[in-house]
Amino acid sequence: MKVSKFLIPLVVFLGVSVFLFKGLSLNPREVPSPLIDKPAPAFSLPLLHENGSTLSTNDMRGQVWLLNVFASWCGPCLEEHPIIVDFSERGVIPVLGLNYKDNPVNAKRWLERHGDSYSSVVVDLDGRSGLDYGVYGVPESFLIDGDGIIRYKKIGPLSQADIEADILPLVDKYKR
Amino acid sequence: MTPEIGHFAIILAFCVSVLQSLFGLVGYARGYAKWMSSVRRTSYLIFFLTSVGFACLAISFLTNDFSVLNVASNSNSQLPWPYRLAATWGSHEGSLLLWVLMLTGWMAAVARFSRGIPTEMISLILGVMATVAIGFYLFMLLTSNPFDRLLPPAADGRDLNPLLQDPGMVIHPPMLYMGYVGFSVVFAFAIAALISGRLDTTWARWSRPWTTVAWAFLTIGIALGSWWAYYELGWGGWWFWDPVENASFMPWLCGTALMHSLLVTEKRGSFKIWTVLLAIITFSLSLLGTFLVRSGVLTSVHAFATDPERGVFILGFLVVVIGTSLLLFAWRAPKVGLGGKFQTISRESALLANNVLLVVAAASVLLGTLYPLFLDALGFGKISVGPPYFDAVFFPIMAPAMFLMGVGPLARWKDSPVPDLMQKLKWSFIVAVVSALILPFVMGDWNVLVSIGLLLALWIALASIVNLSTRLKQIRSGRTVTLIRALSSIPRSYYGMLLAHIGVAVFIVGVTLVNGYEVEKDVKMSIGDTVSMGSYTIQLDSLEDLTGPNYDGVEGTLSVYKGERLVEVMYPQKRMYTVQQMPMTEAAIDTGFTRDLYISLGEPLNDGSWVVRVYLKPFVDWIWGGCFLMALGGIFAVSDRRYRKAGSSSAAATSAP
Repeated sequence: MKVSKFLIPLVVFLGVSVFLFKGLSLNPREVPSPLIDKPAPAFSLPLLHENGSTLSTNDMRGQVWLLNVFASWCGPCLEEHPIIVDFSERGVIPVLGLNYKDNPVNAKRWLERHGDSYSSVVVDLDGRSGLDYGVYGVPESFLIDGDGIIRYKKIGPLSQADIEADILPLVDKYKR
Repeated sequence: MTPEIGHFAIILAFCVSVLQSLFGLVGYARGYAKWMSSVRRTSYLIFFLTSVGFACLAISFLTNDFSVLNVASNSNSQLPWPYRLAATWGSHEGSLLLWVLMLTGWMAAVARFSRGIPTEMISLILGVMATVAIGFYLFMLLTSNPFDRLLPPAADGRDLNPLLQDPGMVIHPPMLYMGYVGFSVVFAFAIAALISGRLDTTWARWSRPWTTVAWAFLTIGIALGSWWAYYELGWGGWWFWDPVENASFMPWLCGTALMHSLLVTEKRGSFKIWTVLLAIITFSLSLLGTFLVRSGVLTSVHAFATDPERGVFILGFLVVVIGTSLLLFAWRAPKVGLGGKFQTISRESALLANNVLLVVAAASVLLGTLYPLFLDALGFGKISVGPPYFDAVFFPIMAPAMFLMGVGPLARWKDSPVPDLMQKLKWSFIVAVVSALILPFVMGDWNVLVSIGLLLALWIALASIVNLSTRLKQIRSGRTVTLIRALSSIPRSYYGMLLAHIGVAVFIVGVTLVNGYEVEKDVKMSIGDTVSMGSYTIQLDSLEDLTGPNYDGVEGTLSVYKGERLVEVMYPQKRMYTVQQMPMTEAAIDTGFTRDLYISLGEPLNDGSWVVRVYLKPFVDWIWGGCFLMALGGIFAVSDRRYRKAGSSSAAATSAP
């Protein structure tokens, strides 16, 4: 049976529709990190609480740690903060806060109000270090291993499920 | 009470649409004369009801009724009233209501201005349009009701996005919607032709004016959008190949092909299958565009709603409407006869090539727009496709089409001997090449892309002049006819074509020269500092605080000198809109025939100075001027008396090549 060439437009359209339908369940705004399994970009930033001192990525070598990018002006950061506080109080791994494009005075006040259990907080005033990490929204969190390699990135607020299902297994895997 | 009246009016409109769809389609199938003849009246009724609905929403905005959720989300008591009106369509729900208002408006217009069309055809046409309307009413009533209440009412609204608080918002969406919703008319004509089997030159003659008017509106709508982005966004860009822009551009490309294809079908009875397919595709692209900007499937600065649930509904609607149309096409197209034959070099072949090139261009834009989605859905990761792809692909496809624009109008129908064509166009080509090689030196440096662009523009313009003079010669050969007499004897549709084609040439000049020679400088300026731009010297005189109805900010005063002479004083502003806490740049633009001077304020620096962005944009207004000429050409063509006289087919047949 000869299939009519006039069916081609319909077939093409139905094909496109399938993709459009699939597209409805995808999120185009979510961009995965190209830095997974790559070295974490180095930084050396001033500490929020100790004037004059700095902390660099080298200081964190030899241990698995979580980098949490947050800001006082960020709504979702407030959402995830209790979970961050809780996780860092458990003492499994150090949690470093990166205060991103914020006013240090506001940041201190925010932490006072909502809880500060970060092992340290560094200040990224102009966002340049954040840029190196590919941060395009706040909050974002990175799990970095003892050799300074990024093993996990979370875009958006961390949930308890993320910690149990993704972070803790990776911690076990890369802890020495 | 007003929102409820509006809501009820829309529900009624939906019900009457169901009736009209039934009367129109079943009436045709069963030959019920009473049903078929009622569809004109139901069209008027539906349009009236939809207008009432729209008016109720507009009134809610104008009277600051914050008990309506849509008003509370998109308006504010401090918002100036024109923008409160524009906010009616500034949201997903409101813009849907505008969509369906335009659709029913076109439907009523078809009901009114179609005396020459037989009742059975009108029954089908209006039945199809009502069917499309049903989908939109259902979508609105079930998922996107603009009349939802907010109780207790908000104290004040969340304000309209400051980017939209601009005259552009008042006029760009209505024009745009008149355009791509207008293609629903030729779509309905095409479906009617496929169902009835009456796909002939008469059908083409009926369809043409509707298509051309919709096309003209769409041209203006897109041009306004581009111009608005240019002066609003603060960095002088005018086209970004954003998915929503592409969503309006694809119907435009196919609509242009459709217009030209219809002309062949009317004059020669050929291209019938092409024409009917293009009519379906053009409107399908309009519907697809409506889907893309509301479903969250693509990221865009323009996207209305990112709601996958609504997306499912629209997608379902799309599949039903477009799928059914294409199925109908596949079934009935083979029965459509082929038209007159034509030689390899003829006006038909030029227009066929034109069809193919425009469709390929539209397809390449569609591919680029959907490619990120395809890759993501197949699990190949996330990419973005932007100007590098579109620029690389679009211009090489359009360049041959531009070349053909010079040849086509001069080619004869059926068989156009090449020596004859070359004879006519020889000088145009030579002059165009030489000028295109020399002119870039006049502007500054020589640049091959500028040369190519100018060559195409000059070619089109010169070939159009040759076309006119050839025609005049024909009229005046062997008789004494004054020039005025000869000029006024040529039908308006011909001038429409010339004007539109010259509009394209003007557009090309604008794009080419702006891309080739624009200058941009970002400088730090304190009061008294100057910056030079081309032959201009610009000095920052002062910076003052300012307060507006719903914003405050800073206004700079900059004097522009040419040598010693003061040319212009410009006042760029940086505003902060208080409700949404959104900063906005209001660029200062000195518009000129041969260049725009464009100044916008960047950021303030710690020492009291500001970053100031200064641009010199040569011939940028030719871009929108060209679009305006194109649309004007379309209007001219439609105003030809052939279309105003019902059933005057003989006048059409004797018009010259």
